Amino acid sequence: MIREFSEADIAYLLLATRWTVLLALVAMIGGGLLGIVVAVLRVVQFRPANWLAIGYINLIQGTPLLGQLFVFFFGLPLFGLSVDAWTAAALSLSIYASAFFGEIWRGSLQSVSPRQWEAGASLGLTYAQRLFYVVLPQAVRISVAPTVGFLVQLVKNTSLTALIGFVELTRASQIISGATFAPLPVYLTAAAIYFVICFSLSQLSHMLERRLHAAH
Amino acid sequence: MPLIEITDIHKRFGAVEVLKGVSLALEKGEIVAVIGRSGSGKSTLLRCVNGLEKVQSGRIVVDGIHVTAPGADLNLLRQRAGMVFQSYNLFPHLTVERNVTLALKLVRKMEPSAAREVARQVVARVGLADKLLAYPDELSGGQQQRVAIARSLAMQPTLMLFDEITSALDPELVGEVLRVLEGVAGEGMTMMLVTHEMNFAKNVADRVIFMHEGRIHEDGPAREILLEPRTAELRSFLNAVLH
Repeated sequence: MIREFSEADIAYLLLATRWTVLLALVAMIGGGLLGIVVAVLRVVQFRPANWLAIGYINLIQGTPLLGQLFVFFFGLPLFGLSVDAWTAAALSLSIYASAFFGEIWRGSLQSVSPRQWEAGASLGLTYAQRLFYVVLPQAVRISVAPTVGFLVQLVKNTSLTALIGFVELTRASQIISGATFAPLPVYLTAAAIYFVICFSLSQLSHMLERRLHAAH
Repeated sequence: MPLIEITDIHKRFGAVEVLKGVSLALEKGEIVAVIGRSGSGKSTLLRCVNGLEKVQSGRIVVDGIHVTAPGADLNLLRQRAGMVFQSYNLFPHLTVERNVTLALKLVRKMEPSAAREVARQVVARVGLADKLLAYPDELSGGQQQRVAIARSLAMQPTLMLFDEITSALDPELVGEVLRVLEGVAGEGMTMMLVTHEMNFAKNVADRVIFMHEGRIHEDGPAREILLEPRTAELRSFLNAVLH
């Protein structure tokens, strides 16, 4: 039975968008926390930790996200761990994000001039005070643009989870397209929704950069 | 007892020995200009005094603190020995006021209102009372350097180290920074400054030290050293910078 692409379908797409947003949020938080660990392991004065972090980053950045999704969704059950699509999606996107966040944040921290550390030291600030009051605020400012840039990628990459049957915006579009045989309007609508989310993120980034007054 | 006592320090960066046995004593209230070609070790010497550089051997005692001893309280030392850098190194994410109050609050444990009052006073002292709420990138180089001096002064150090603080400035901005320096000198502050401003050294410093190839080559009263250099190296250096 073929029906028209209607307002009800748009509402369905919007409802599915919740899952896109929620998945991106979970990956952002999970990936963010794990990313801090990756960044720290990458810079501590302990070689094996550095190697571990570099290996992890290369493995995650060097393999397709879709492959990682499949490993979690189809691979874990082989070890007797049953995972649903949501868990596999949230896990693999968090891990994927952590490798990128880790590198972005390490780079941001290291791009704050060593002279800023020295200036803090010369005023008698302790190492922790230099880090938290002098260097981190500047690193955060530097990291805003690449972090949000990656978040935009992350939002769009949630669409890959459609391939393990997680019903987010892209999977919902496939379903409606199948029912209406009107792929063009359906996918254009989906694209518009992705655009609104990503464009808002970019705007947020610009606003934050202005707020966090720091070196250019 | 001298305020700064440096005994036979050696400092290497990799294979390059930058300081080859430097000894020096500074009395309280003395103003010493350190001059020399780039690479002569003068900035490194200054940076060793407040522990920003570690020496391989030798001994440095500043205001009773053994800088070169293991476990030296470098944070305490740096509260007493203020430092101003060539590149200003203001904190770009903080206003002028907060650049000054940060260490007052964190290190001196001052109440925010008291710290703000100190900031207001020191910033006025360098002639920038109207810039308290400006960010560093809204100031000229000369103004930024004056704020950096104020930030250091606010900590009430017993001595101050100045590392080529006018070298990055446009020529027309050098004067305003030197005037602030003269003001600080006039109040009896012990000062050690690495500088290329020979006139300033001649007029304000009590004593000039000429560094050459990692050693102190000449050391004496400012006018005597600059007007009647004893060694060929200093004569050729002065010829190069004055002409």
